[in-house]
Amino acid sequence: MNRTRASGRTVGGLRTLSLQAPAVTLLLLWMIVPLGMTVWFSFQRYNLLMPEMTGFAGWENYEYLLTDPALWSAMSTTLLLVGSVLVITVVGGTLLAVLFQQEFAGRGIARVLAISPFFVMPTVSALVWKNMMMHPSNGVLAWLSQSLGLPALDWFSSLPLTSIIIIVSWQWLPFALLILLTAMQSLDEDQVEAARMDGAGPLAIFFFITLPHLKRAISVVIMIEMIFLLTIFAEIFVTTSGGPGLATTNLAYLIYIQALLDFDVGLASAGGVVAIILANIVAIFLVRMVAKNLED
Amino acid sequence: MATLQLKNIIKQFGDTKVIKGIDLEVNDREFVVFVGPSGCGKSTLMRMIAGLESASDGDILIDGKRINDVGPADRGLAMVFQSYALYPHMTVEANMGFSMRLAGVPKEERRAKVLEAAKILQLEPLLDRKPKALSGGQRQRVAIGRAIVRNPSIFLFDEPLSNLDAALRVQMRIELARLHEELDATMIYVTHDQIEAMTMADKIVVLHDGVVEQVGSPMALYHHPRNRFVAGFIGSPKMNFLPVTLTGVTPEGVEIRLPGGGERSVPVDGVHLDANATLELGVRPEHLVLDEQGPLSGQIKVLERLGGQTSLYVQMDDELITIMADGDVAYRVNDTVRFGFAPERAHLFDAGGLALTSLQQHPLARLTRQDNRAATESASPGEQV
Repeated sequence: MNRTRASGRTVGGLRTLSLQAPAVTLLLLWMIVPLGMTVWFSFQRYNLLMPEMTGFAGWENYEYLLTDPALWSAMSTTLLLVGSVLVITVVGGTLLAVLFQQEFAGRGIARVLAISPFFVMPTVSALVWKNMMMHPSNGVLAWLSQSLGLPALDWFSSLPLTSIIIIVSWQWLPFALLILLTAMQSLDEDQVEAARMDGAGPLAIFFFITLPHLKRAISVVIMIEMIFLLTIFAEIFVTTSGGPGLATTNLAYLIYIQALLDFDVGLASAGGVVAIILANIVAIFLVRMVAKNLED
Repeated sequence: MATLQLKNIIKQFGDTKVIKGIDLEVNDREFVVFVGPSGCGKSTLMRMIAGLESASDGDILIDGKRINDVGPADRGLAMVFQSYALYPHMTVEANMGFSMRLAGVPKEERRAKVLEAAKILQLEPLLDRKPKALSGGQRQRVAIGRAIVRNPSIFLFDEPLSNLDAALRVQMRIELARLHEELDATMIYVTHDQIEAMTMADKIVVLHDGVVEQVGSPMALYHHPRNRFVAGFIGSPKMNFLPVTLTGVTPEGVEIRLPGGGERSVPVDGVHLDANATLELGVRPEHLVLDEQGPLSGQIKVLERLGGQTSLYVQMDDELITIMADGDVAYRVNDTVRFGFAPERAHLFDAGGLALTSLQQHPLARLTRQDNRAATESASPGEQV
C-alpha cells in the first residue's frame, strides 16, 4: 500500500503506463520520424535536379561525403567556431560577472544593457554587424581605424571566420554573463571576508574563492552554448554565405548548401547523420564533465 | 600576548550612527564577550576590530600601536564566522592551511602546523574531507582550527555557536573555555546569548544602540547592573520591575512603599534623591520567595513546571511578575499567592533608568574566571563565597 502511494504506481505498473503512453509516444514519434527519414534518405539516390535517378544508393552518399574535402573543412570550421566562442564567452563572461557584481552607480541599468544583445535576433545582429560595424566603408570599425590613420579592413573577406566568431561571441557573451552573474550572487560574503582575513588579495580571492564557486555555473554555460553553437547558421547565411570559398562553412551550412543549393537530399541527409554523430561525441564528453561538476 | 584598546570609536553608515563612541580596554589573555540585542552594533564593532569595516572615527590600538589603516590580514588577528565560512571546494587541511599557502609557507611546514592545530581540536581523522561531509560541530571546529593555525595575537569569534543545536552548543562552550586556557590567547567573542556570555567571559561588554552600557565581570553585571537595561538583559528569566513610591532616605538605605502597601528599606545610596522622585524596584525571579506573610500578592496566570524549578507568572495590577520557585510547589493556575524578597537582593532604578548604588558590594562581584579556577584547584570552593 505504502509503496503504491509513494511511487504512484499500481502493482505491475499497468495503470500509470497507460497514462504516460500518449506523452511518451508523441515524444518518440517527434524524435524517431525525422531521424528515421534522415537515415532513410541518406541511403537513397535522391537529387531534385535529377528526378530520374532514384533507388537505393547503399553507402554511396557517405562515400562521396567522407571523401569530400568540404566536409573536413566544415568540421574543423565548426569546432574552431564553437571552441573560440566558448573560450571568449566563458572568460569574458566571468570577468564581466565579477565587474558587474561590484557596487557602482547605475549598476542595474548597466546590467540590463550588458545583457540586451542576447535578446536581438541572430539575423538582425548579423545584419547590424555587417552593415554598421564591419562594413569596409560605412562601418564603425573602419571609421575607427581610419581616424587612427590606418587602412580600413574588409572584415568579411580578410578575416571571415574571425568576424563570425566576433559576432557570435557578442551574442552569447550576455548569456554567459547572465548565468555567471546569478551564480556570483550566491557566493557567501563571509567566505570572501574569511579569505581577506587569511591574507588573500583580489587576485587570490578570484582564483581561490570566486572561480571554484563558479565552476558549476561555467559547466552549465558551456553545455548550453555548445548545443546552440554547433548549429550556428543565420549569422553565416546573412554575412558571408559560407565564404570566401569554404572559409566560414560549418556543418550546418554545408548541409544547407547540399540540400537547398545543390538539391541533393540524399547527400544532405548523410551530412545530417554525420552532424548527429559529431554532436553525440561532443555530448558524451560534455555530459560526463557536467555531471561530475554537478556531483561535487 | 596582546592588548586591545578602542578609543572613541564611531561608525556611521550615511547619516545613521551605528556605533556612537566606544572606549574599551581588553587586557592580555582576557576573554571578553560583547553582548547585546540584535542591532546593537556588536558585530559591527568586531568587524571594525577585524579590519573588515573601517572606523568612521576613533583609534583602534593593538599592543599600543594604532592599526586603523592596517589591512585585515596584517593585524595579526583571526576570526571565526557565524556561518563558519569554510572554503567548500577545499579539504579540511587545505582550509586550515590556506593562509599559510597564501603566505608562501613550504608544504611540509604547513602540514606540520595544521596537524598541530588538528590535534588540539581532535580533527586529525577529518583532514581529507570536504566541509560538506562534516557535521555542524565539526565545521565549527575546522573554522576554529583555521584561526589557530594563524597563531593570532587576538581571536575574534562572531556568534560562533548560534548555528549549533543546544546540546552541541554546551559542548562547544566548554571546548572554547578549555581552548582559551590552553592557547593562553586574548579572545573577543560576540554573542546575543547571555548564557554564553556569563559562562565564558572574564569581562562582559553590554552594548545597546551603539553605546557601551556596562563593562564588568559576569557576577558584577548580575549583582550590580548599572542601569535598567543591563538589569533586564543579564539574567534569565528577565528581572521584574515594579513601580514604587519613595517614602524616606536613611543612612541604611532608601525606604519605599510597595504596590500592595507594604514598606521596605532597600540598602542603596539615596542621598541625591528628590523627595518626590519616581522609583522602580527590580527583583530577579530567583530572588522572589513565596511567603504567606510577604508584602506582595497576585494571581497565578501561567505555571511552568521544569521539574527542579517552577516558573510562576503572577498578575499584579498591570504587571506580569515572574517567580522562580521550588519544583514541588503545590499551587495551581488562578491561585492567589503572596510573596516577598530580601531587600539586599533588590535593585532601585531612578526615573532615568540608572541604578542607585548598593551600599554593600556583593562578595562575588569581583570574581573573575581566573578566581573560579583558583577556587576549584585549592579544593575549598566554598571559601570564596
